[in-house]
Amino acid sequence: MYSNYDELSPIAIDCLKEIGNIGSGSAASALSEMLGKNVQMRVPDVKVLDFQQVIDEMGGPEKIITGILVDLEGDINGIIMFLLEDSFAKIVLKTFLGKEDVIVSSLDETDYSVIKEMGNIMAGSYLQALSKLTEMTIDMSVPSMNVDMLGAIMSVPVATFAEIGDKVLYINDGFVIDGVDIKSNIILIPEMKSLDKLMKKLGVTDG
Amino acid sequence: MANLTIGIGDFKVCRKPDVLVTYALGSCVGICLLDAQTGIGGLSHIMLPDSTVAVKGFETPMRFPDTAIPMMIKQMESMGASRSRMRSKIAGGATMFAISSDKFNIGERNVAAVKKILSQLRIPIIAEDVGENYGRTVFFYPETGGMEVRSTAKGNVML
Repeated sequence: MYSNYDELSPIAIDCLKEIGNIGSGSAASALSEMLGKNVQMRVPDVKVLDFQQVIDEMGGPEKIITGILVDLEGDINGIIMFLLEDSFAKIVLKTFLGKEDVIVSSLDETDYSVIKEMGNIMAGSYLQALSKLTEMTIDMSVPSMNVDMLGAIMSVPVATFAEIGDKVLYINDGFVIDGVDIKSNIILIPEMKSLDKLMKKLGVTDG
Repeated sequence: MANLTIGIGDFKVCRKPDVLVTYALGSCVGICLLDAQTGIGGLSHIMLPDSTVAVKGFETPMRFPDTAIPMMIKQMESMGASRSRMRSKIAGGATMFAISSDKFNIGERNVAAVKKILSQLRIPIIAEDVGENYGRTVFFYPETGGMEVRSTAKGNVML
């Protein structure tokens, strides 16, 4: 059984990358449907990083970011968190509400719920892809969202799972919508028992 | 004068006029300790309430208040500070995400654990800015004893 993400073999990481790929593909089609726009997907980059590296990679602890947290239960216990850069919020709000150049640190109630709903749909399509691929049941909570400093947002997954280590599965997605590059970052943290189950389901047994 | 930065689950001590900084506390708590007479201060950035829950192999004492605060006090004492003169100011312990599950009320539990250990050590808390739902950056100035809390929600506030 895995006790730490560090123990994942290259094959296991490739498997997680593939899941990231399929999840992103499915999120891209959901996004395209919602926005009524052509959404191109860049090949996602999947890494196992420690949380400090994620913070550094994304621009430092004080960078303002939109975080959407979803709690996972069922065959997979853990959390999935979307960290969306301003470009995402801007294109969503422009498309749905016709708002130009929204300042992400001062969103109103409606803006909030629209972005949250998009996060909800993306999380849903990710998890559906994962669940289909693995024939596992994954229940998700209603997503919760906050716009604040990256370090503060990240403290939640970090603290929730600090007992099992410092590593998270970091998926760096890129979409192109209307010629604009949209970056979204996903942190997936399955509990170790769930990771074990997941690997067995995928036929990775070399731990 | 130097600005010393404290990472997640770490602490540092200094002598005035040096300044201690920790960025973007969310559910974590920042604990500032000062012996005003000597100007020796410390800042600890704890992540989790209780060191006894740590899994073997992840015993990182600086992440937990029950282990980090005594370590920091010891280090301050070795520089010439006296525990009986120490006063504390604390910040952080927010609930960043409103998911009603025990799994996510770490901020609250962190604050309670910090208060408990400080009370056991008989170190008074003379200022605090804790809870709510926003991130905080803390600058601590042992020179004046001021704890400056910076946030997008409230701007810069000196406590």
